[in-house]
Amino acid sequence: MPEAATLAPTTRDEDWRYADGDWLAAADPVALAAWEEIAVPVGETRSEAFEVAAGVRRLRVHVSAGARFDLFAVNASSPYARLEAEVTLAEAAHFEFGGVTIGGGEGTQEFVTKVVHAQPNATSNQVVRAVQWDNSTGNFLGRIEVVKDAQKTDAAQNFRAILLNKGASANTKPELEIFADDVKCAHGAAIGELDPQIAFYMAARGLPPLAARKLQVHAFLADAFDAVEDTNLRDRLIGQALDQLEEGAL
Amino acid sequence: MLKITNLHAEVASDNGTKKILNGLTLEVGAGQVHAIMGPNGAGKSTLAYVLGGRPGYEVTEGSATFMGQDLLALDPHERAAVGLFLGFQYPVEIPGVSNVQFLREALNAQRKYRGEETLSGGEFLKLAKEKAGLLKMDMDMLKRPVNVGFSGGEKKRNEMVQMGILDPSFAILDETDSGLDIDALRIVGDGINAIMRDPAKGVLLITHYQRLLDYVQPDVVHILAKGRIVKSGGPELALELEREGYDTVMADA
Repeated sequence: MPEAATLAPTTRDEDWRYADGDWLAAADPVALAAWEEIAVPVGETRSEAFEVAAGVRRLRVHVSAGARFDLFAVNASSPYARLEAEVTLAEAAHFEFGGVTIGGGEGTQEFVTKVVHAQPNATSNQVVRAVQWDNSTGNFLGRIEVVKDAQKTDAAQNFRAILLNKGASANTKPELEIFADDVKCAHGAAIGELDPQIAFYMAARGLPPLAARKLQVHAFLADAFDAVEDTNLRDRLIGQALDQLEEGAL
Repeated sequence: MLKITNLHAEVASDNGTKKILNGLTLEVGAGQVHAIMGPNGAGKSTLAYVLGGRPGYEVTEGSATFMGQDLLALDPHERAAVGLFLGFQYPVEIPGVSNVQFLREALNAQRKYRGEETLSGGEFLKLAKEKAGLLKMDMDMLKRPVNVGFSGGEKKRNEMVQMGILDPSFAILDETDSGLDIDALRIVGDGINAIMRDPAKGVLLITHYQRLLDYVQPDVVHILAKGRIVKSGGPELALELEREGYDTVMADA
């Protein structure tokens, strides 16, 4: 028997149930178990914005009292790309997460978050949008834990997916574990396709089908980056996501 | 400009297809405004959608030509690019896309199709400002997502701003007057006149009521019933309809 610490996860593990099983089986278990540690000092703000590379990246973040951690990510890599964030919030800290999974082929892109409201008055907001085509899969597993003393917690998470054709899929698994009694926790999820009424309206104004669909996808995924204050960064992230769209996908 | 001959069309619905247009024939010349009136279910909106190329509306017989070319052979966006504008009875909301972005992309796509230069951001904004002013619409509204949170009247006014910016040679306006209060009706009527009254342009106004025709004087009024034109006449026909109702007027047809 190998040591427990070096056992690779499989899709039988709850947190990995929508992952790419073949990829996991071939992966190095030690690398998979590694976490990057980030600490945001009292009252400070730390921001991360990036494209998720193929493979697994795990962030363990401690956000101190009155501090803020912003995480924005475009997840488009194949065959398998997973960004995991485990965020612990101290008194009146805030976590903001905006993520887009976008891809085709046989790829699987996923976000997995665990947000622990460990002290009172902390807030968190997570917005994830998935755009998938061919046989690809986009996932968002979001767990929110509110400990017994974390009164006045305000936690929100929202997931929406657009599947551009049959064969693509999206999975979401919101989990709330709340032990305090004076908290606000909101979550919403919807999976759909591009609205044909909007498509015809756009066509009637002269937009060719490809441009119209691209504009629809743009409007859809932009929600994930609404909280990005730097407009140049916001445009760059949206651009990085839209660049993934292929003509065949639309 | 627009010549429709013996047009038959059916609409796909949940319980099979339904025949709506039944041999409709109509011709609108350059410089003319024609009004189409008719009872509910006569096929007025279907006519607009068929001419706009909406999916699910299938022409089974007859033809429609626009400036000599076969309109029905063109895709919806191509119909727009050759100069046909369809004003929607229920304009669609597009969350996340501002009016400015939408219309600039639409106008430039049309210009590209026609082999014309595209407009820069600055040039477009100047044009948009001018047309919004014509319809007394605040520029702030143009920066908001398309029709999201707009009242019924604001949506209709926005359709006319779009028409002003896209500057079509022919407009099919489907119940543009519904949902408008008296003031908005006058503004929209004046807008239609300012944008579309031109010896080289044409308008097909689809309406239930005479009141829009007080502001936009039609050259010809048609009554559409059961999928075909049953009677045509001058502006006085609309007044007669308003006075006596469809049943009486159509009984003479």
